Amino acid sequence: MSKKYTIRKGLNLPLFGDPIKELKASKFVSNYAIRPSEFIGLKPKLAVKVGDEVKAGQTILFDKKNERIKIPSPISGEISAIQRGPKRRLDQIVIRANEKCEYLNFGDKTALKKDEIKNKLLESGAWTLLKMRPYGCLANPDDSPKAIFINGMGSDPFASKPGFSLKGKEELFSRGLEVLKQLSDRTILSIAQDEKSDTLTNANDIEIHRFHGPHPSGNTSVHISRVSPLNKGEVIWTIAAQDVAIIGKLFESGELHLDRTIAAGGAGMKNPQYYLVRGGQSMKTFFSKETKEGNYRYISGSVLSGEDIGKEGYLGFLAKQVSVIPEGENTDFLGWVLPGFNKYSFSKAYFSWLFPNRKYNLTTKLHGEERAFVVTGQYDKVFPFDILPNQLLKSIWAEDIEKMEELGIYEIIPEDFALCEVICTSKQPLQEMVRKGLDILYNEMN
Amino acid sequence: MKFIQNIFDASRPAVTSGKFKPLYPLHNALETMMFVPDHNAKSGAHVRDAIDLKRTMITVIFALVPALIFGIYNSGYQHNKALGLLNSAVGWLQFFTWENFLFGALKIIPMIIVTYIAGLGVEIYFAYRNKHAVNEGFLVSGLLIPMTMPIDMPLWMIAISTIFAVLIGKEVFGGTGMNILNPALTARAFAFFAYPSFMSGDKVWINATLGPGEALVDGYSGATALGQFATTGSTTFSAWDAFLGIIPGSIGETSTILILLGGIYLIATGIGSWKIMFSSLLGAITISLIFNAVAPSMISPEQQGFLSIPFYFHLVFGSWAFSTVFMATDPVSAAHTERGKWIYGFFIGFLGIMIRVFNPAYPEGMMLAILFMNVMAPLIDHYVVEGNIKRRLKRLKLSVN
Repeated sequence: MSKKYTIRKGLNLPLFGDPIKELKASKFVSNYAIRPSEFIGLKPKLAVKVGDEVKAGQTILFDKKNERIKIPSPISGEISAIQRGPKRRLDQIVIRANEKCEYLNFGDKTALKKDEIKNKLLESGAWTLLKMRPYGCLANPDDSPKAIFINGMGSDPFASKPGFSLKGKEELFSRGLEVLKQLSDRTILSIAQDEKSDTLTNANDIEIHRFHGPHPSGNTSVHISRVSPLNKGEVIWTIAAQDVAIIGKLFESGELHLDRTIAAGGAGMKNPQYYLVRGGQSMKTFFSKETKEGNYRYISGSVLSGEDIGKEGYLGFLAKQVSVIPEGENTDFLGWVLPGFNKYSFSKAYFSWLFPNRKYNLTTKLHGEERAFVVTGQYDKVFPFDILPNQLLKSIWAEDIEKMEELGIYEIIPEDFALCEVICTSKQPLQEMVRKGLDILYNEMN
Repeated sequence: MKFIQNIFDASRPAVTSGKFKPLYPLHNALETMMFVPDHNAKSGAHVRDAIDLKRTMITVIFALVPALIFGIYNSGYQHNKALGLLNSAVGWLQFFTWENFLFGALKIIPMIIVTYIAGLGVEIYFAYRNKHAVNEGFLVSGLLIPMTMPIDMPLWMIAISTIFAVLIGKEVFGGTGMNILNPALTARAFAFFAYPSFMSGDKVWINATLGPGEALVDGYSGATALGQFATTGSTTFSAWDAFLGIIPGSIGETSTILILLGGIYLIATGIGSWKIMFSSLLGAITISLIFNAVAPSMISPEQQGFLSIPFYFHLVFGSWAFSTVFMATDPVSAAHTERGKWIYGFFIGFLGIMIRVFNPAYPEGMMLAILFMNVMAPLIDHYVVEGNIKRRLKRLKLSVN
């Protein structure tokens, strides 16, 4: 069964720095870090202390609420620091890596039953590759999801294309699919209309749907909304196609290998292309070697919803891409009055619309100040859901739980509002608001 | 530009901590007008669209300027025509003259200045009181208010109407983005009901002040086309003149073609909602055609005459065009949902023409129609939102079964 869906509403930002499909291996990296804040819904409890030797796959943290959920070490080495923020909040656990990575073994590749699979995923920490809807947080192993959605697309700016990232991992990917199929009645893989990679198109015995159109056509929420909309009380698990191969590797070799082929794009990259890296690794050497000199923003993830990690930061545990774009620097004399031939806008309020095919070197500039919600109807143009974005945001603002539910907050996660946030006239922090709304509901329900 | 920045930098300590603290919002507003600040995205998306509220508002102002400049010429033209100072043989060519412009400008520019001072004064006070930046919404309202007034409106009345509109129409509801009524129309409605003798009748639309030795031309009445329709059922103005705008009326409302141009600009830039404008057009045409059909059954010949005029008369005479393009499309007071905008716009056109034709006390119905639909907009939205919620519930039920 395969269906095609065309997404009409959306926007591909015309940015410089699209990664070309060439792979570069990166060198040995000596520092890794686990940042608990990356795992939404996690109440972290340490399983290690400074000086401990760990192997790749060994538990670093577990969830206080559900101790079966474990955050694994991506590498073998020694815990060199445990950094805390205000109120003793755990900021990051730093691991100094050994030259040669040793992996903890989680058992052979004999066929397993559903519960044994779950246990193996949980024990190895590979469980953290799964997320759940609603909330977009860590999946709860006690739920029984109505479906698992595997995202085999990338429509974010500079996104890594799974067809390329999975090259050489064909068998691991299909092994991973077999494993995931055991966990739910329905497993759905969504891929791009023009996807040619056999790995994805020939995945056997699985529902494959093709999506076409501008971003956010590659967002899992869009796939869910078209294929099997999420209703109140239902649960869906989601996972990225690249991570399916990691699960495949785990069940093939018994070891957790968190290395991925990620895309690195943006005007700040010397050569925007693909790199072989590992989740949680220090990006210090990478950025100093591969990016241009200057004042840039270093983002783990996409420019739409990634995290600013700084030049010496650590790659996200689940990151599939990094983006490096210039920081905005100067004020703009009478910028709001002048024709603005070189100002990118989704609206046609600046005369840059005269050059529709131009690409831009967009900076992180806000282009204005935060204002009250005034303009209506603009979000709808980039928001391909049967959800009223303004009304939903206002219900979150009012912390009206009932209205949030009624207006469909369960069907989205912050990244779905990223484009709305980009084009927002009033510069409102929409993703932050949506996360807040989801947190309110999560705390109410759990 | 460095020295301008220096002035702002040098004066900033005085307004942030010094004794001029209440002036901080003004300082901030002026500074951000001169320089779009270098703020960077901190959370969420790392790149942002170049559009902001200032650009949105200036785009509307760009769209208004042609009609405003035309209104300045027209005020002078109507005045000089009433006094018989024009050579009627050349007519048109005597429109864009320096004399006409100067006469209109001397009347209208003070009105604009007074409106901005009164309105922004209130805005800045509330920005200081509620500790937020000055919202740009009034940039447009401040231009719309004088454009909806008759040429001879005393400045103090404009000031009071403006203050009323910003205070009662906007700030008491929580400021920009929260108001129910269109602020510019609130000002006009206030003026209309508080000072009716300055806002209605046949004597206010043309400045007919006589200087020494001047006299009005024979047969001068000063009535607008809609005034004539209401009393006689016909008009002496041609639809073509009305389309161009060389007829008496409120300052900005007369030139349909330039308003149309502004409307096209607003639609092309994506700032004004084409759905509202288009559905208002549909509403106006619908009611006009209904009137045409029922006209023969009317008793009085005036009513028969007014009801049977072709629909395009309704579009070029009076303020249908101006109200539809610039008033109905105010995003805050309009319906917020896309479906709601269709209904909202339709009824503005429909009711506006209906009031215009049927209510002799209000020769123009657009103001009341829009204010009424402003009040109705939340109700329209409510049903659109309910529809969305019901679809979701239905899906839930289907999945349970």
